[in-house]
Amino acid sequence: MFFNMFKKELKEVLTIGSIISIAAMSFVFAMIGQSVGNIEEKLEVKPVIGLINNDNGIFGIISTQILQETSDIIYNGSDKSAGLQEVIAKEGIALIEIPSDFSDSIYNNKQGKLNINWVVQGVGPFDGISSDVLDYVLNAVEKEISKIIITQELDLDPNLILNPLTTSQTTFLKEKEFRGLSPNELINTFSTQSYLIPTLIMMIIMMSGSSIISSMGLEKENKTLETLLTLPAKRNYIILSKIIASTISGLILAAIYMVGMTYYMKSFSFSGLVDLQAYNLTLSIYDYTLMGLSVFMSLLAGLSLCLALGSFAKDYKSAQSLLFPVTVLAIFSMLMTMFMDFSTMPTFIKIFIFIIPFSHPMMAMKSLMLKEYALVLSGIIYSSIFAAIMIIITILIFNSDRLLVGKFQKNKKRTKNLVS
Amino acid sequence: MIALEVSNLVKKYGDFEAIKNISFEVHEGEIFGLIGPNGAGKTTTLRTISTLIQITSGYIKVYGYDVKKEGSQVRKIISYLPEDAGAYRNLTGKEYLEFVAKFFTKDKDSLKKMIDKGIEISNLNDRINAKIDTYSKGMMRKLLIARAMMTEPKLAILDEPSSGLDVINAREVRKIIKESVNNGKAVLLSSHNMLEVEYMCDRIALINAGKIVEVGTPKELKEKYQAQNIEDVFIEVIK
Repeated sequence: MFFNMFKKELKEVLTIGSIISIAAMSFVFAMIGQSVGNIEEKLEVKPVIGLINNDNGIFGIISTQILQETSDIIYNGSDKSAGLQEVIAKEGIALIEIPSDFSDSIYNNKQGKLNINWVVQGVGPFDGISSDVLDYVLNAVEKEISKIIITQELDLDPNLILNPLTTSQTTFLKEKEFRGLSPNELINTFSTQSYLIPTLIMMIIMMSGSSIISSMGLEKENKTLETLLTLPAKRNYIILSKIIASTISGLILAAIYMVGMTYYMKSFSFSGLVDLQAYNLTLSIYDYTLMGLSVFMSLLAGLSLCLALGSFAKDYKSAQSLLFPVTVLAIFSMLMTMFMDFSTMPTFIKIFIFIIPFSHPMMAMKSLMLKEYALVLSGIIYSSIFAAIMIIITILIFNSDRLLVGKFQKNKKRTKNLVS
Repeated sequence: MIALEVSNLVKKYGDFEAIKNISFEVHEGEIFGLIGPNGAGKTTTLRTISTLIQITSGYIKVYGYDVKKEGSQVRKIISYLPEDAGAYRNLTGKEYLEFVAKFFTKDKDSLKKMIDKGIEISNLNDRINAKIDTYSKGMMRKLLIARAMMTEPKLAILDEPSSGLDVINAREVRKIIKESVNNGKAVLLSSHNMLEVEYMCDRIALINAGKIVEVGTPKELKEKYQAQNIEDVFIEVIK
């Protein structure tokens, strides 16, 4: 008796759908793990840098020696623009300039200033990892200079002996120059957008997606679909009204959610330290319009996908299981765009992220702040095409027998159940 | 005038032929019954006429409109009541009638008239303002009948209209259907209940295994098979 009941329960709970869903989820985590693994590798290798030493003094020479021992020097010359080009071309992380008065400054009781020109590829939290490696190297340089000052028994300010180095930092990001900003400061500036927007979009897709898929499941479960389809309303109006109502409800939910999240994220954000206007990182009305369009089109695309999936639902329960692949895609997009910049992602993940329509608004805010419109515009166009294709597929399903009678079975006995 | 013309209708699901070349006509002011056992093809026929499922071959015309080519025109003049239909449970009965009525008219006066007619047909009194979620099966069915008939469809397609109703409610529903044809409308209904069909229908078609095996008035069929009622006719026909 127990086994009879057990078999029935197991059959209900452990479906092929649930196994595929879990397999898809573990695939997502494996992909994320792969990307994080690459970052760990970055930490283990020597930083790749360019070097310009204009100081013939002892501290300039010592600094050069330590940098040569601890880093992979790809440029060692005197031309800043040539050095920068080399660093960019060979995917280095910085060009360090030792000015001609570096040693003299220290001897004159002033901190020696190194000019560090950072080259970063993206502004995701994981993009700051490689610049952290160079920080360790600079600490080693500073320690060595302190050691020499102490050994030579120079009569200098104790504070200077402990901290003989200062840096002037400029960060270059995709042909843009951020004078006075380190990569981490730049990344912190973008951190609010890195966390807030992806979380927001993921939440909306899951909430509105669930409601639209469930609405189809409920139409079937409550037996209202047949009546609806025989009313004098065009099928595309029925589909569009369902999608647009869910999109608008999603946008309203987004607005409510955003208010709370903005206050929550403010407590973690460091962007207040940086004057966004000074670096031309503020958004114009045009940028906000594009952002709104990106959110709208991506929601439209995501919810069209949900409705297409929902039309396969037999009832409310099966509708919920159909939401799972959408949830997996939304979480994957959120995690990837949250921690990495699109430009620094491995190619296969880049393709995957681009294909998922709701990734685009997750990345749009950062791109708009940097005035990089290509990704945003292509995302809007792609989402529109995706939405149009999904709506056409849904209309075809609505106009076919499949919506009401499901998939035709080859087995005659099973098909017979469709007829009464 | 011919309200419905079904000609050489074939419906296949994959390799399985659910409807095998059936033909019949329903005239204006007529109640036409489609009767047969489970799985005979009654619902499939009704769904095909209601533009819900595709026609494999043959044609169906409703008041001259081709179901395959002019589905949206057909939907304006028909009303389909599925056997196990439901309604939106978050709405009240009145809100549901209003929701449906808005598909048929935009004029405020005719909208009100249509809803009032629906309320009258449903005979739900004050409960029309209660949430559908609280309705019994009988109340739900009466609401759905009201929904189907309030629009005064030129052709009402009713699948097991009195299904699940008690004797009193079933009688009321039959009365509503009978009255509707007095205004020159046509009704096509399917039923398992042969006695009900005999009482209500002007003509009937017996369907078995996807084929129409007999058509005629109840009187004609009873005489032909020397049977006391349609149930006996049916048994004789499918023997």
